[in-house]
Amino acid sequence: MKAFDYYRAESPADVIGTDARPIAGGTNLLDLMKHQVETPDRLADVNHVGLDGIERDGDGLRVGALVRNSDLAADPSVREGWPLLSRAILAGASGQIRNRATTGGNLMQRTRCYYFYDLDTPCNKRAPGSGCSAIGGVNRIHAILGASGDCIATYPGDMAVAMSALDAVVEVEGPNGRREIAATDFHRLPGDAPQRDNDLQPGEMILSVRLPAPLGGKHIYRKVRDRRSYAFALVSVAAVVVMDAGRMSTVRLAFGGVAHKPWRVPAAEALLQGQAPSPDLFDRAADAVLDGATGQGHNDFKIPLLRRTLNAVLAEATEGSK
Amino acid sequence: MDVTLTVNGAQRTLQLDDPRVSLLDALRQRLDLTGTKKGCDHGQCGACTVIVNGRRINSCLSLAVMHDGDEITTIEGIGQPGDLAPMQQAFIRHDGFQCGYCTPGQIMSATAMLDEVRQGWPSQLSGDLGPAELTDDEIRERMSGNLCRCSCYPNIVDAIRDAAQGGDRANAEDAA
Ligand SMILES: Cc1cc2nc3c(=O)[nH]c(=O)nc-3n(C[C@H](O)[C@H](O)[C@H](O)COP(=O)(O)OP(=O)(O)OC[C@H]3O[C@@H](n4cnc5c(N)ncnc54)[C@H](O)[C@@H]3O)c2cc1C
Ligand code: SF4
Ligand code: FES
Ligand code: FES
Repeated sequence: MKAFDYYRAESPADVIGTDARPIAGGTNLLDLMKHQVETPDRLADVNHVGLDGIERDGDGLRVGALVRNSDLAADPSVREGWPLLSRAILAGASGQIRNRATTGGNLMQRTRCYYFYDLDTPCNKRAPGSGCSAIGGVNRIHAILGASGDCIATYPGDMAVAMSALDAVVEVEGPNGRREIAATDFHRLPGDAPQRDNDLQPGEMILSVRLPAPLGGKHIYRKVRDRRSYAFALVSVAAVVVMDAGRMSTVRLAFGGVAHKPWRVPAAEALLQGQAPSPDLFDRAADAVLDGATGQGHNDFKIPLLRRTLNAVLAEATEGSK
Repeated sequence: MDVTLTVNGAQRTLQLDDPRVSLLDALRQRLDLTGTKKGCDHGQCGACTVIVNGRRINSCLSLAVMHDGDEITTIEGIGQPGDLAPMQQAFIRHDGFQCGYCTPGQIMSATAMLDEVRQGWPSQLSGDLGPAELTDDEIRERMSGNLCRCSCYPNIVDAIRDAAQGGDRANAEDAA
């Protein structure tokens, strides 16, 4: 690990607008610092700034950036109104890690691309301009949607996929004040600047995430991976489906493990909304989701896997409803 | 910088000249509490699991300075030879180890995990997110952050199930 200065921040003001790197649970940042992929000069320990509560916000909820993943998943109102979020969090990492991991840190977690972790190989995300070792290399876990010629990494997290489907809003503050970013737009596509994972600007800090009013219906988070537990998603599907008189009156879908951000396709949701469920319709929705999907070799299997997983999730969400 | 930790009930102050000390290294190298093990040092194996302010965490992915003022319980703190905790006894009874390297982490993790179940925390197996019954599948899921290179998983699950039930079966066996 490279040397760094450390201070304990007492309030967000001790962090916002500084060049210090926040450390929350430390479960991603310290891992990367040990590998010297991350080499911050100064760490601001944000564990004592507050922002650790879950509050009502009209019909919605406001979740502080320092709320631990375990607390968020177990919160009675979240389990009741936004079970998709509990399910996505519980599908990730381990009990120990969820006890430390925070809402803000989870959103900011970096890719698990093997080359990003390996200082001996070119990687545009770690060392801009050095090249991408995953293109033409080992790329079983990489993106099938929205990739660029400079980076084909995925955003690896689960929580943000649920937040995207739930139309959550990330509240951030920088030296010029506060602003809001839709969870769906928080992460960006790699383009020609893959070193930037998301839209957070230097000096900005995540304060909270706002969940709009509950949608009701069925909430399913289906994560497909190499082990049943404690493994990142190869493909995941977050779905909220509300049925009314035999038709899908509300449909929200987001996909994890397939792109540099949680993947949302409004056209696929529009296709399903207002319709009676049928395998043929589900398949057409999958066509819309997979529009432009490209395999990189080892990850070609993700294309049919995403289709089958979406089909299974939609069948489960609509089964037995009138 | 001074870091004060309450470790197994006793206050300990460390003078660190560099913040680059993980909680795990502080426990093992500065406080001579070598029961807590270093497996991967990257959050992937659970060998370093300790309980901080009542919750199980991976001590390798935390800096000691971040824990100034915290209460930490290690394997040495839950029981000692001659006065072992029920979970430690259950691991011995069920032969829940081979080399024993993962065992302190398994025992600390299982101890805190049973508390989480008592508090009604759901797992990814709790379909309706309601209070969970501690089936073997639930034990495996909730313990997935603790790997065992010797693959003693069946006996680990037996030990945890037994400890969760208050060691009833073992007591019955002892009586027989
Ligand atoms: C073995 C292992 C398995 C895992 N499996 C999964 C999995 O299956 N699914 C999954 O989703 N995740 C998984 N994770 C990742 C885990 O969810 C993240 O490490 C965790 O959520 C990060 O949160 P943290 O609070 O520890 O962040 P930290 O490590 O403290 O910080 C991460 C980043 O966030 C920044 N940051 C933190 N708080 C703020 C803030 N308020 N404002 C701005 N920036 C901030 C930090 O500067 C840093 O860049 C796994 C991790 C490990 C080690
Ligand atoms: S996919 Fe992205 S993160 Fe992986 S090697 Fe290429 S540039 Fe680096
Ligand atoms: S040593 Fe901490 S998880 Fe492996
Ligand atoms: S007993 Fe050897 S690693 Fe678990």
